[in-house]
Amino acid sequence: MEFETQTIVRMCAYTGGGIAMGLGAVGAAIGEGYTASEANLAVSRSPKISGDIFKNMLVGQAVAESASIFALVIAILMLFLDIQTAHVLKASALFGAGLCIGFGAIGAGIGSGFPGGQACAGISRQPAAASQLTTNMLIGSAVCQTPAIFSMVVALMLIFIDFSNAPLYPTWAALIGAGLSTGMAAIGSGYGGGLAAGASCEGIARQPNSVGNVTTTMLVGQAVSQTPSIFGLLVSFILLFKTFPQSGALSASMALLGAGLCMGLGGIGPGIGNGMAAEGAVKWVARNMNHAGELMRTMLVGQAVSQSTAIYAMVVSLVLIFVI
Amino acid sequence: MAIEGVDIVKAAAFIGAGLSMGLGAIGPGVGEGMVAAKACEAIGKNPREAGLLTRTMLVGQAVSESTGIYSLVVALLLLFVV
Repeated sequence: MEFETQTIVRMCAYTGGGIAMGLGAVGAAIGEGYTASEANLAVSRSPKISGDIFKNMLVGQAVAESASIFALVIAILMLFLDIQTAHVLKASALFGAGLCIGFGAIGAGIGSGFPGGQACAGISRQPAAASQLTTNMLIGSAVCQTPAIFSMVVALMLIFIDFSNAPLYPTWAALIGAGLSTGMAAIGSGYGGGLAAGASCEGIARQPNSVGNVTTTMLVGQAVSQTPSIFGLLVSFILLFKTFPQSGALSASMALLGAGLCMGLGGIGPGIGNGMAAEGAVKWVARNMNHAGELMRTMLVGQAVSQSTAIYAMVVSLVLIFVI
Repeated sequence: MAIEGVDIVKAAAFIGAGLSMGLGAIGPGVGEGMVAAKACEAIGKNPREAGLLTRTMLVGQAVSESTGIYSLVVALLLLFVV
């Protein structure tokens, strides 16, 4: 049974679009649900300021939604893409783009729900600090979106770059690997960044005068949590832009697919772990402001150790790409 | 495209190396993060013992790291030895 190129490309565009929106909906829905549940608790605690809490909940949910809106944009793009003159490689590029934004939206969606929820809980506890809480929530959840934005950039590159001059074997595997690498590595970073942001909102509600220290620690912690997704982005760029010599061997393709899988999966754990470390530090900076320096130092040392496995994963990926 | 036996074995080794290091990195990453979070908590509660706590944290993390290193070793074995 022979398929035309156009049929194959269209098939992959539709499958990729489905995967993009299906996976992309998971994270934001969970995150927004968490925000709403905390908002409900907050309203039951202080019904008099339910208006403020409700407003804050909606703002927080709107930010959490953006990850799945990225997925929606990519899915719609893929459904209506012009594929009249497409090369067969476009098929795997589109499939990779779907995987990339689908996985990439999960972490950011769940993560940005935490600051939203904790800010609602905080407003019921400290109504006077409401504006500080909302500002801190917005900063924290905006940083959580970065991994999803990385995924969207890679997905857009996969959709719009013209790969027709590259050899089909093994470039098809490099393109799927590029999608997996950024997409999966973004899960951990998004989720971890959210943990840190949630703890900072909780801390500010407890000690409104600690806001400066808490926000700084949160931003440093979140920045380190983003590193695994930056490693993922790096591996994706190498897979996208390196020209691979034509090779009919299955092993050449599988090495590139394996490189993407390795960095993608390997980024999940360190991203979450770094976020947990940041969560612990931020929480205690708010309770014990005098020792903010020591806490920040411990956090950074702990994060550096937790980062090491992401670095191992990157080394194995680079070996698979360049040495094998 | 004819696929030969040797080629299939190599392909499986490469995918296996990627999966080994990728999945193997998840556990230590999360575990070491938990250790660091609890160390921060302990230092927040009792800042005087910061040095001792940092040392305990690092030893704990080093032990938790070991499974990540096993994954790395298996991945490198799959890539270069097998």
